[in-house]
Formats: sequence, C-alpha cells, structure tokens
Amino acid sequence: MRYWFPYPLLSFALMLFWLLINQSLSPAQILLGAALGISHAWLMVNLRPAKTSMKKAWLIGRLIGRVAADVVRSNISVMGIILRSRNRPVTSGFVPIDITLQDENALALLACILTATPGTAWLEFDSQTRVLLLHVLDVENGSAWAELIKTRYEAPLKELFE
Amino acid sequence: MSHLTDLPLWAAIPVCLLLLSGSMITLIGSIGLIRLKNFYKRLHAPTLGASAGVILICLASMLCFAVLQSRWIFHEVLIIVFIILTTPVTLMLLGQSALYRDRIEGTDGVPLKAKPISPKADETDI
Repeated sequence: MRYWFPYPLLSFALMLFWLLINQSLSPAQILLGAALGISHAWLMVNLRPAKTSMKKAWLIGRLIGRVAADVVRSNISVMGIILRSRNRPVTSGFVPIDITLQDENALALLACILTATPGTAWLEFDSQTRVLLLHVLDVENGSAWAELIKTRYEAPLKELFE
Repeated sequence: MSHLTDLPLWAAIPVCLLLLSGSMITLIGSIGLIRLKNFYKRLHAPTLGASAGVILICLASMLCFAVLQSRWIFHEVLIIVFIILTTPVTLMLLGQSALYRDRIEGTDGVPLKAKPISPKADETDI
C-alpha cells in the first residue's frame, strides 16, 4: 500500500488542485486527477521530503482560526503604523527566538504563518543553533514578542506535529 | 461572457466593498514602501498586499463571477494558497541577502551571527 501510494495526502491535494483549475467534478476529470496525483507522488519519492505525520489533526482548526484573527489584527495595526509614520517614527527591531520545533514541515508552516501576518518578517533560521532571527516592525520589547510567538504559534504547532 | 452590468445590486455592493478595501490595503502597503526608512522596515509593507489584499480581491472576484455565472467558483482560492505558500521564499531570500551585506559592511544595529558550533555551521537553511 505504502509502495503504491507513497504520499496519499499529496496525491489527494494534487487531485483537488486539478479539479479546482478545471472547475469540474465529472468522473473523467476525477479519474484523470487521481492518476496525475498518484503518478506525481512517485516523482516526489526521489526528492525524499521529510515525512511528517499529524498526531492531532483536529487541532488544525483552532490554529487556522487563531491565525486568521491575527492576520486581520496585524493588517490593521501595520496599516495604522504606515499611515502615521510621517508624524511618529517607527521603532522596529530584531528579535532572536530559540525554536524548539524539530520537524521541517512544521517550521515551514511557521514561516508561512509569520509571513502572512504583516509586522513580522522571518529573516534567518540557523539550523545548527536553532535560533530564528525575526524582524518586528513595531517592537515594544523583544522578549515579549519572543514569548508571544512561542506560546501562540510554536506550542500549538509542536502539539500538532510532535 | 456575461456583462458586468448584469450584476444585481445586492451582489454589486459587497463585491465593490471587498475590491475597494483590498486595493486600499495594497495601496497603503505600497505607500509604506516609500515612507518607511530602512530596508528591513520596508520588507513589512508589501506583505499587506500579499495577505489581506490578495484575500479580499480574490473573494470579490469569486463572489462576482459566481453570481454572474450562477454557479460556485472556488479556483481563486488557489491564488490565495499559492501566494501565501511562496511569499516566505522571496522574503527569506531578500532578508538573508540584506543581512549578509550589512554584516560584511558592519552596519550598526544588525545582530551578528550566532556562534557556530562547528566550522561548517555557517550555512543556513529554511
């Protein structure tokens, strides 16, 4: 089973992608999408991506809700900062954070979350020292930001993947 | 292809609101690109367009064409998904090259590299 379907989730996602761009749910398209999904999963074997299994997949709903709320909130605050930046100089700074997440895919997800929320930019991650260097647009104090990111995103991701 | 004037009023109002707010946010992001003073601050401004701007404009497009063609349209979701998945890559490339340049030039206020454990540890990934 594992031999024929090496990455079932990837195959399913590719099939979904195929159906979405064709905007059709006809049996022929489903069959073609499934064939494409399965054959492309075989190509993926050669790349040897890090295998990840979600231990508690139901937690992903809570994480998505939290991220959506943060995206809205940070968009509004960054807009305010930009519009007021002529009168009030922006105090931004670098924040180093010790990351204890081990899983590569979880780290990639963390990068997507931090990029999607304006105001935080992922600059550098050192895979040896496991220190993430973040640039924060409106930094009041660095340790509070580090603590916020650790509890708000890293802890749920750790729970989800490890 | 149906005409935009066929769009009923009840759909036109939310479509307009979504489209205008999405483009406003993207515009503010571009203004930020001019106003903010250094490179790292400027990195934050375009992410406004890449998150809220893209989401709102794509929602407007989905709603507009779903009503016009009276069927469900979801493929704009793919635009949102792929933009969110790929912006970190560009952002990290730009950020790392800026850090590299500033460390070599010794610009003030740029944090130095963390102490490497082994001599080969100065390569970074992710």
